[in-house]
Amino acid sequence: MLQITNLHASVEGNEILRGIDLTIPSGEVHSIMGPNGSGKSTLARVLAGEETYDVTEGSITLDGEDLLDMDPDERACEGLFMAFQYPVEIPGVSTKYFLRAAVNAVRAHRELDELDAYEFLQLVKEKANALELDTSLLDRSVNEGFSGGEKKRAEIFQLAMLDPKMCVLDETDSGLDIDALKVVADGVNALRDGSRSFLVITHYQRLLNFIVPDVVHVLVNGRIARTGGKELAQQLEAEGYAGIEAGSKVANGA
Amino acid sequence: MANDSNQTLDAWAEQNDYKWGFVTDIESETLPPGLDEDVVRAISARKKEPQWLLEWRLKAYRHWLTMDEPDWAHFPDHDWRPIDYNGISYYSAPKSDDDRPKSLDEVDPKLLETYEKLGIPLEERAALAGVAVDAVFDSVSVATTYREKLAEVGVIFCPISEAVHDHPELVQQYLGRIVPPNDNFFAALNSAVFTDGSFVFIPKGVTCPMELSTYFRINSLNTGQFERTLIVAEEGASVSYLEGCTAPMRDENQLHAAVVELIALDDASIKYSTIQNWYPGDENGKGGIYNFVTKRGLCEGDRSHISWTQVETGSAITWKYPSCILKGDDSIGEFYSVALTNNRQQADTGTKMVHLGRNTSSNIVSKGISAGHGQNTYRGQVKIRPKATNARNYTQCDSMLMGDRCGAHTFPYIEADNDTAVVEHEASTSKIGEDQIFYCNQRGISSEDAVSMIVNGFCREVLAELPMEFAVEAKKLLEVSLEGSVG
Repeated sequence: MLQITNLHASVEGNEILRGIDLTIPSGEVHSIMGPNGSGKSTLARVLAGEETYDVTEGSITLDGEDLLDMDPDERACEGLFMAFQYPVEIPGVSTKYFLRAAVNAVRAHRELDELDAYEFLQLVKEKANALELDTSLLDRSVNEGFSGGEKKRAEIFQLAMLDPKMCVLDETDSGLDIDALKVVADGVNALRDGSRSFLVITHYQRLLNFIVPDVVHVLVNGRIARTGGKELAQQLEAEGYAGIEAGSKVANGA
Repeated sequence: MANDSNQTLDAWAEQNDYKWGFVTDIESETLPPGLDEDVVRAISARKKEPQWLLEWRLKAYRHWLTMDEPDWAHFPDHDWRPIDYNGISYYSAPKSDDDRPKSLDEVDPKLLETYEKLGIPLEERAALAGVAVDAVFDSVSVATTYREKLAEVGVIFCPISEAVHDHPELVQQYLGRIVPPNDNFFAALNSAVFTDGSFVFIPKGVTCPMELSTYFRINSLNTGQFERTLIVAEEGASVSYLEGCTAPMRDENQLHAAVVELIALDDASIKYSTIQNWYPGDENGKGGIYNFVTKRGLCEGDRSHISWTQVETGSAITWKYPSCILKGDDSIGEFYSVALTNNRQQADTGTKMVHLGRNTSSNIVSKGISAGHGQNTYRGQVKIRPKATNARNYTQCDSMLMGDRCGAHTFPYIEADNDTAVVEHEASTSKIGEDQIFYCNQRGISSEDAVSMIVNGFCREVLAELPMEFAVEAKKLLEVSLEGSVG
């Protein structure tokens, strides 16, 4: 279970998150929607531990463990995964090599034996079959020259390989056409196993047609302005964020 | 690393005075600091050299006196000049076993830790740490085994001081042909006072049956300061030679000036790989080796091929441009380089490709990594002479910066005197990205592992050129050299 309490975060002195309270029980899929600049991606990056952001108040725990007390790699080892909006290229490092290093780092943290090359390839095959993904990307350098769709598919594949408890998908739908979107959503749905939790961050309702959330939150001006079921997403699609934004401004006393 | 090398030249010389005084003791075989004709004669005499070689050294010495230390290299950082050439002892025989550690228990644990990290085979660690070899490792018998195996196919592989006696006609024919004694200041100095190095001769049609590496690695101790190496591959012969070692070696000499000459006749190929990890000085730039190297290969024959690969992570100052003269038609020259400068290290390195023959081609891949306050310069020259019809050159020159206190510089020179030449140059400079490290972190990979992964990826094309076992060590060497360079 992920528990966020009164989270405030700022970058270069500008407060972006202004008191977020959010609880995601095990096995649930929550979505965060919101207009540009509302703090959606900041929330994802603060969860993952990017140093650019200063957490000024509040707490984040994952299954009771204090995430804010951990370095980014430790958080990952504890089971937090973030699928990046813009996955970074690492020239000259094969995706396979990178993934094996990641899998073994996480395994070491969990006091499991390292996988040797053979065992690793077995795991790759198993996960690729389950997700119906093509493994040819694994021989290329990490994200280098990947199309938008390939990058996102690679992110979901990494997610499957690392077997996290809590997955944050940061605008995974951005830049994807409808076919690529379906492939990614199928991957995510295949990984919903009743105990793994997801936080799906998106600007558009479209993705939520394919990954159907249990709960939808609307983030406006660094605060959760409204929470509801999956129908909230459809309502937003029809009415836009304007109404909620106006309401939020009143509530904030702006 | 020995504390002795952690000093400036002056202090080192001073201590030398104190330690040895005006040495006449035959047992220690160390000449007093200073350089004059008597010193050159003394070196030659100790090596019982023939008259022609003494004359050759003296000529080089006299020429050296007329030359000035080159000052065009880009060493912007700390002031390391002037080098006091009279403050250096120019001959010191290997330490006797009595002066060496008796076992690994007496060796600095930090050095052993580094060997461990680099994955140096256990049986080699003692030899590298300078432990009296007889006590742990029978190097003589290893050397003999190698030499017998090589002799079966006619390959000569021995110290150049031995070759002077055993194969004088070959040495006299080729020594100084590619790098003449008056070539440059440091080559002249080396020609006057060179101590030892390797001589390799691969006869016509022979493919050397082994990488000339392991043997050298163990036997290269104490030959580092003024090394002189000569490799000749006759028609159709081929050889792969590796010099140096990933392990930080004990060395109390601050000035290194080596000369390496390669000659490839028709259809011959020479692959020369270097791993240079001499003491770089401490994090404040105190101490460290000044490494001034002249390396040049002549593709004399048609279809001959010379390939230089270097991984340079050591030394406070590196000045080095392994070059190829492509004289034979259809000959090929290659240069693959990784140069890493951390802390206060400065490297000015690159290559020269001189195209003389028709259809000659050259390929240059240079990867520079700067961290800390390191300064890293690529300097390359591609010359296409008028008769070199259809010459081709491809140059790729990439720099990577870590942090914002280091520097990367590129000075490519291209001179094409033939209209059919095709010369391509690609260059890039990138900063190792916080976002790349964060991405790795988010997958559970620690920052230190992330940096070494990113750097190794950056260098991949060059590391792929190294013989397998050394590629593995070189990767680890890059890791160790960058330790502590990220927060």
